[in-house]
Amino acid sequence: MERLEVKELNFYFGFTQILKDINFVLNSNEIISIVGPSGGGKTTLLKLCARLLDVTEGSIDNTFSSSAFTFQDARLLPWKTVIENIMLPLVAKTKIDVAYQEACSIALRFGLEEKDFEKFPKDLSGGMKQRVNFARALITKPKLLFLDEPFSALDIGLKRELQDFVLQSSEDFGTSVLFITHDLMEAIRLSDKILLLKSDPGEIIKNYEINTPKSQRNDEFVFAKTKEFLDDCDVINTFEIKVR
Amino acid sequence: MKTLIKIIKDFPWFLWGGWGSIASIFLFLAFWDLGSQIYGSLILPSPKEVFVSMNELFTSDEFMIDLLLTVKRGIFAFGISLAIGTILGLLAGYFVTASVMSRPIVTILVGIPPIAWIVLAMIWFGFGDMTVMFTVVVASFPIVFVGALQGSRTLEGELKEMMDSFHIGFWQKCKDLYFPHLFSYLFPSWVSALGMSWKIVIMAELLSANDGIGASLAVARSHLDMSMALALVCVMIGVLLFVEYIILEPIKKEVESWRD
Repeated sequence: MERLEVKELNFYFGFTQILKDINFVLNSNEIISIVGPSGGGKTTLLKLCARLLDVTEGSIDNTFSSSAFTFQDARLLPWKTVIENIMLPLVAKTKIDVAYQEACSIALRFGLEEKDFEKFPKDLSGGMKQRVNFARALITKPKLLFLDEPFSALDIGLKRELQDFVLQSSEDFGTSVLFITHDLMEAIRLSDKILLLKSDPGEIIKNYEINTPKSQRNDEFVFAKTKEFLDDCDVINTFEIKVR
Repeated sequence: MKTLIKIIKDFPWFLWGGWGSIASIFLFLAFWDLGSQIYGSLILPSPKEVFVSMNELFTSDEFMIDLLLTVKRGIFAFGISLAIGTILGLLAGYFVTASVMSRPIVTILVGIPPIAWIVLAMIWFGFGDMTVMFTVVVASFPIVFVGALQGSRTLEGELKEMMDSFHIGFWQKCKDLYFPHLFSYLFPSWVSALGMSWKIVIMAELLSANDGIGASLAVARSHLDMSMALALVCVMIGVLLFVEYIILEPIKKEVESWRD
């Protein structure tokens, strides 16, 4: 079975320890969120898992056959149109016209309109850029998806829409997701497991499992669970929440 | 190829958009004519006289040979400075030490006025082609160099990281990331270097050659032939306008359409 296994991972920038003794396993068809305060090393951990940074201590074993990454900022190529940006990961792998067709259909699925296809990123709103970002990541039907807080700057409607796409893709293609966020509600809604990462140095101090099926996680469930989390003293300490 | 077809397709619209510029040129001609009526044709010949002289110029074989020679010198020297400037600039941008070290040298090169280079080149190479081309190369090289240097210094790590996350190969990265980014810096520097080259080739010819339109300008000056001098100036401006507005501007518009 495909899996991502992180074992005894430590990471340093110069003499500063960023991550300390990280251990977890992401199995096929599973969504894991890593929550923690900003600047706690979440993005570093995700980049290490995606092989965008080199592992120096410990090991990361990734047996997933394909992976994709969505960044917090959309990172679109400014000189390419919407469609060209979406088909970017496919261009080297398939014929241009096949890639183009594929990009058009996924763009429509992600709520982009045909009149937007030939636009450059400078003419897109933040939300549209993020739609393109997601379409680009999911066009390859990856087995493993890394999400680096891609919902953080979006309005609630679009946030919900894109989250549903992630859930749908996980259901349709069995995509596993490693998701980092500082938004507890988001994590509760999407994940099977939530890892709590405290900062300085980044260390996983708690591991929560949510067994309720995702289809049954309505707003009441999410609110109740969030309340439960916010009462947890580890969460309070990690996020330095002032208790009144 | 797609870009080229788009440039050609948009060309008539681009020309149609030129009415404003043409109107302003005509306004300029009107003021010129007014000046000529006030000061007389010895000081400032009227546009009509100048255009008649220009017509004479274009019917004489001698002038066509001179024009061709100047264009040849300009293009050849510009080509050399473009090649050397681009390659060295990209390399210097790639290595931090080289880019730090080359900065002051470029500042010195930009600071030396072209006229000083002409004097030096005349001492080193005497009259003729070599002096003219040397001056052009040495004066336009720093412009291309700085453009290339800035282009390779500003290659974005974030976009490269994005491409790495999709496991995109080196060649596609060159085609889709490095080349468009570098070109967006190189192209404007090439355009300004071309303008610079054209002005300097004429100045260098005027002072250090017996042929070319710069030399013809020197002859017109010694004969106090104002209408011929102005006709030559018009030809020089005409060539520059043609290259900049008819050839380069449509290309620039197309390749930079993604910019804000």
